[in-house]
Amino acid sequence: MPEKPNLLENPAHEPSETELVQRVQDGEHDLFYELIQPYERRLYAAAFAILRNESDAEDVAQEAVLKAFRHIRQFRSEARFSTWLIQITVNEARMWRRKGHAHQIEPIDDRQDESGEYQPREFADWREVPSEALERSEVRRKLTEALASIGQIYREVFVLRDMQQLSIEETAKALDISPASVKTRLLRARLMLRELLAPGLGGGWSSKLSFEKGVKPW
Amino acid sequence: MVVNCEEVWREISNYLDGDVDPTLRAAIDGHVRGCKRCAAVLDGTNNIVELYGDERMVEVPIGFSYRLRRRLEDNMPGSRRSFFGWMVAAVAAMVIAGGFEVARSSVFSRPQPRSEHAQLASGVPPDLMVVVYPEGKTFHVSTCPFILDKTHLRTIAAHDAESQGYVPCTRCMKKYLTANLDPPAPAGVNNDV
Repeated sequence: MPEKPNLLENPAHEPSETELVQRVQDGEHDLFYELIQPYERRLYAAAFAILRNESDAEDVAQEAVLKAFRHIRQFRSEARFSTWLIQITVNEARMWRRKGHAHQIEPIDDRQDESGEYQPREFADWREVPSEALERSEVRRKLTEALASIGQIYREVFVLRDMQQLSIEETAKALDISPASVKTRLLRARLMLRELLAPGLGGGWSSKLSFEKGVKPW
Repeated sequence: MVVNCEEVWREISNYLDGDVDPTLRAAIDGHVRGCKRCAAVLDGTNNIVELYGDERMVEVPIGFSYRLRRRLEDNMPGSRRSFFGWMVAAVAAMVIAGGFEVARSSVFSRPQPRSEHAQLASGVPPDLMVVVYPEGKTFHVSTCPFILDKTHLRTIAAHDAESQGYVPCTRCMKKYLTANLDPPAPAGVNNDV
């Protein structure tokens, strides 16, 4: 049986995620951080999306990582490791909120009827993707505020699907809802955010943010 | 196939995810070409997906990675900082400290005094800083007037001085002598160091 390379002494060997999982499951605990490190930002983002408080999100992300470590042997490779981690984080965040740790006030529209038809009210034109605008803290702040202002059920789906890049099915599994509900909430979340942000990002917030109209990005 | 504005809005999300059949996609494309309102909604929604999908949108608190790693290390089995590790270290420290106290209190553990006529010390604070010199037999406060070799003085803890066989100066360390029968130390000697 070939000897396993020592990753700590031989960093040139870059194991696959599957190999890392297997080795941690076999007892090489020191490798666990290497396994979760690529996802730590995403775990924080998932927790923050639910709790909307930096301190709570950090605590929950840490708890989720510890829980993942303690239950690493239960991970089965049918799911992506990142999805498994995010699912644990979402559960931790929800539990945290239920226990009353979370410092937050639910948005008014959190109980909106998700089955109702959504009628866009704002038709501000906003064609070109202003990716360079993300360099501006003002824009990032506006985006964060907008996301925080939509209802919890929409925010969770939006974050997992559009920020964490989970599939519809993975999002449904992580949130324990049906794929149809994911699609409905996702549509609502995207349209609400567009309505909140299009007027500003179309030039309303700052003269520096006046984007030229161009070719459609898709 | 023809679609109206409401149908376009209802399908925009699926359209962006590529989750509509080719016939519906063509119908939406055709509608958007002639409808400014739907074009604006479609453009804006797509921009939302693009912006929030950008990694720069996720800002973690400063030191987040460091704290996460520390927390993980603290909870690793066998970690020196794990609870079990702390307990082992604490017990070991108590055993060592206890042993040290026993050793200190035992006359059998005392080193051979440098002077056969010396009086042994009693109750000297172990961390009290004193001065000694290589050929000397006694330890002193730094201001003691009875230091013979002031050019080779070194400052050490009283406990170390004792362990090296030094005994208290009968003048400046009088109060720490086991048989304290000498007259008071001369004026000007600072025992506090």
